[in-house]
Amino acid sequence: MIFLTVGTQLHFDRLVRAVDEALATRPQIEVIAQVAEGNYRPSNMQYTPFLEPTVFEKRFEQATHIIGHAGMGTIIQSLLQCKPILIMPRIADLGEQRNDHQLATARRFRGRAGVLVADDEKKLPGELDALLELSESQPIDEFANPQLIAWIRQFIAS
Amino acid sequence: MTNARPKKVLAVASAGGHWVQLLRLRPALTNATVIYATTNRGLKHQVSDAPFHVVRDANRWDKWGMLVMLFQVCWLVLRVRPDVVITTGAAPGYFAIRFGRMLGAKTLWLDSIANSEELSHSGKLAGKVAHAWLTQWPELASSATSVDESGFQPGRERRRAARRRMERRRPEHHGAVL
Repeated sequence: MIFLTVGTQLHFDRLVRAVDEALATRPQIEVIAQVAEGNYRPSNMQYTPFLEPTVFEKRFEQATHIIGHAGMGTIIQSLLQCKPILIMPRIADLGEQRNDHQLATARRFRGRAGVLVADDEKKLPGELDALLELSESQPIDEFANPQLIAWIRQFIAS
Repeated sequence: MTNARPKKVLAVASAGGHWVQLLRLRPALTNATVIYATTNRGLKHQVSDAPFHVVRDANRWDKWGMLVMLFQVCWLVLRVRPDVVITTGAAPGYFAIRFGRMLGAKTLWLDSIANSEELSHSGKLAGKVAHAWLTQWPELASSATSVDESGFQPGRERRRAARRRMERRRPEHHGAVL
């Protein structure tokens, strides 16, 4: 099962539609989606606007693969669980986000093992097929890097 | 010398990526008494039995929501009276730093790792007030120190000089959450 999430704030119909349309010709793929409050109504997947954090975590764990916006919460969660992830960045000019930091995030993570980037909806179907070829992503440590931890610990103590 | 009591740390972040990043700092907080605040009640189970508070979520176009959040954050800071405020953003963290500093807390802003090419709006604002102002990307950092040691300085000229220093300030880099 693939879990599709657009994060906990803004809808991202361009991504949801792209996945839904790709599924029309890929009926064997099961996707469960958290789509926020968009206008697009998917027809090839189960979806819900928002999920309680505990349910969200369960869906995330059950999934073999993740598709998401290029939000750091989604990306960190995937890497923590070694799950391959496909991200598509939100674009400010399309009203999908306040600024283009997700484009920057996509540039930063492109090429990392287990992370795929679809620049836009046209690239998505191909990247979706590529995603399913992957079985894991390059994991991260459970916590922030020790240098940062030590610096903050010192800041608090002093 | 042994410490009389553990430091009281108010750890603040909006739900979502900011919160995920805040929780990745937990090993830095093990010697402190930590009070968490975020914008989604459902996240409480992630901090087990630590004190946990919720404020309204809002973005900068939701003026009413922002005002409610501001009051909630100020009220929380007043009740908690933290020694230290740390935040990974966004708006509630900025308010906590602003008001926490007024009440004498040490304040730390860690800009989200999502801001890899430019600092966020709230991050830029926080840089004018936070004692420690950190970015997770070395390219966005200055080599000079950005920890504000100025404290209270009497005299208009000295205050002006301090303000000019803060205007020119760049964040420091001491590592990232991943």
